[in-house]
Amino acid sequence: MNDIIVSVLIVLGGGFAAIAGIGLVRLPDVLIRMHASTKAGTLGVGLIVLGVSVHFASSLVITKALLIIAFLLLTAPVGAHLIGRAAYRRGIPLWDRTFMDDAAMKSKKATDTSES
Amino acid sequence: MDILNRSIDIALALTALGLVAGCIRMFKGPTVADRIVALDLVTILLVAITSLLALQLDNSAYLDLGLALALVGFLATVAFARYLETNDQLPLDDVSNDVATDDDDDAPAGEQSL
Repeated sequence: MNDIIVSVLIVLGGGFAAIAGIGLVRLPDVLIRMHASTKAGTLGVGLIVLGVSVHFASSLVITKALLIIAFLLLTAPVGAHLIGRAAYRRGIPLWDRTFMDDAAMKSKKATDTSES
Repeated sequence: MDILNRSIDIALALTALGLVAGCIRMFKGPTVADRIVALDLVTILLVAITSLLALQLDNSAYLDLGLALALVGFLATVAFARYLETNDQLPLDDVSNDVATDDDDDAPAGEQSL
């Protein structure tokens, strides 16, 4: 029974990891590629580490596994936000089918109100 | 026990597929930001590979390696992102640095094709 739970968690995590890699190759834009890499990658690693903690089932391993999951959940959004902000401010070219750019309108509005 | 070994092999193969895809994007990424995103994903997937090795070799000490790798990977991502962000602002505008970036800055930035 324990092995079945571990197997399901591990295969699900590996599937999410593969989806993250495929999305990183197939998607058209930096800001769109970050969707695949951060979210699916973090979920895949979290499932795999959870499966490892279920397999060993000692308090030391569970503590380490929860530490890894908490650290990944804490740092992945911060890193993605930093990369996205740096790429946007640097003027990385967006996808040619992008039709809304809220940040450009917002910054323009901010400069307009600051000038008046 | 047999199903566990089989599923460990399947999970290792799937994670290696994601790893190869990340390496492809890191080699042919058009911009620097693509390569940074790919490096972030490769580091995260190496944590998964390390955890699966802990399961395969039945040795829980490999989880420590994954924890250290996650820490170092986050620091690398933050450092690369800061480098990418500040590298453009240093020669461009020292005057309007604290004001929010306006659209005039984005127009000449299209010339970069790193």
